Amino acid sequence: MTEIVWRFDVEGNNFELAGHASQQTKSRLKQIGVNNDIIRKVIIAMYEGEINMVIHANGGVATVTVQPNLITVVLADTGKGIENVELAMKEGYSTATTEIRELGFGAGMGLPNMKKYSDDMTIDTTVGEGTTITMKFKI
Amino acid sequence: MKITKLIEKLNLAVFNSGLDKEIEKFYIGDLLSRVMGKAETNCGWLTIMSNVNVAAVARLVECGCVILCEEVQPDESLREKMESINIYLLGTDLSAFELAKKIVESVNE
Repeated sequence: MTEIVWRFDVEGNNFELAGHASQQTKSRLKQIGVNNDIIRKVIIAMYEGEINMVIHANGGVATVTVQPNLITVVLADTGKGIENVELAMKEGYSTATTEIRELGFGAGMGLPNMKKYSDDMTIDTTVGEGTTITMKFKI
Repeated sequence: MKITKLIEKLNLAVFNSGLDKEIEKFYIGDLLSRVMGKAETNCGWLTIMSNVNVAAVARLVECGCVILCEEVQPDESLREKMESINIYLLGTDLSAFELAKKIVESVNE
């Protein structure tokens, strides 16, 4: 196996489809025989990121690259960007609206969970232009 | 315990049926981020959330069944989605705590 790349469009504000990219990734990782514990980490982190794009960024693109020893998930959007990354990384901090909280999101666990479950995470964000989050998972 | 047995023992309402899995663990929670991280495969998930996102999380976690507590009725979109992914969606008048007590009692019977 050299490298496999999957790309998913994530639609903004559509909760009927939210989680689709993560679910697809999970099925495909299973098919190629990735260990279940690693799949779980990837999927928890990716779902958080996918939901963030649905809620905050009017959607975006999720790209998953599988290499022999590494899975890389890149979540790229052209949304409003993150004003204060340090604050956004704090557990419990959220800018989600009441409506979003009523859906069970907005607990302020999104970015912290992404960092916790990935082996490495970088956030590249510009206010008004968008955010790209890269997460790496060792296999 | 099999889900069909749980339904009978705990007198649960069935919003839609699914695979009759063996449930060994349960998780109580409404914040989906928490549930994603903590709920285990084939668990019974007790919650009061009733929107379609519950189905996405149930599927990702591979829950055995979802039990809506406190007389909560599911959104139609949730019911349809749960049916399409073949996971039992159940309901009870009891609170999550009261149901958990009943589960423990029924296991110890």
